[in-house]
Amino acid sequence: MTRAVPDDLTCQELVDLLTAYLDDALDPQSRRAVDGHLADCPGCQRALSHLRLSARAVRATEVEALDPAVRENLLMAFRRRFR
Amino acid sequence: MTGRDADLVSDLRSGDESAFARLVDLWSPAMLSVARSFVRSHASAEDVVQETWIAVLDGLSSFRGDASLRTWTFRILANQARRRGRDDARVVPAETLADDPSYPPSSFRDAADPWPGHWRSNAMPADWGPEDQVLSREALAAVQAALAELPDRQRVVVELRDVHDLSSAEVCEVLAISPQNQRVLLHRGRTRVRRRLAALLTGEEDR
Repeated sequence: MTRAVPDDLTCQELVDLLTAYLDDALDPQSRRAVDGHLADCPGCQRALSHLRLSARAVRATEVEALDPAVRENLLMAFRRRFR
Repeated sequence: MTGRDADLVSDLRSGDESAFARLVDLWSPAMLSVARSFVRSHASAEDVVQETWIAVLDGLSSFRGDASLRTWTFRILANQARRRGRDDARVVPAETLADDPSYPPSSFRDAADPWPGHWRSNAMPADWGPEDQVLSREALAAVQAALAELPDRQRVVVELRDVHDLSSAEVCEVLAISPQNQRVLLHRGRTRVRRRLAALLTGEEDR
């Protein structure tokens, strides 16, 4: 848990807490402070949305698969052991 | 052991090759990502992943299920990768956000302003447009480029969390880092991706 933050959180402080906020890793008081700030700060709402969108874009990138030859070696190793 | 793990382990022990192939296909991309954060070349990373799977097969008969099969596998992987890795013994200092803020300090009003620390009206994050645009081929290419340029430790945390869906607890365990450090690495990595997207989508740095 991240330590408690003041109720009158500034935007500059809030943007550093957004990953902890998305991970639900803030203590309840800090979480309330962030929720309260977000409720009437369009700039920080957008910062949150941009961080979420960035994570979603990362998820949409292509993943690297194992070399097919390595994969085939592994399946052979499996057969040798378990058959 | 969870029911799912128990089924998997019994399928593997009984020689179900397709179950093993599915597991290899499912976990190897994340394993490659972890291995690459420890070893220099892509070929070494492939070797580490291969050795890990062999070690998993060798150890399967003694797997007790104290951790999940995935966590156990990734623990073996991290050990193999560290053994082979370049700077195994180096102690990496914990990172803080202080020297790499999420947005440049100039985005915020200064102490002389009635609202210090709040967005300057001309520095508020700009609209990125519809979500399709954020997920367009061009945007994803920019994201891929940003990921490739991340420091290894940021890249591996972002990939494990945001691509491969590991929990923060699993990432901490596999990489042997604290929850706080994990969060800082994730936040910094995502922030660099965000900056790259912002530059592409709004034409302005850091908005």
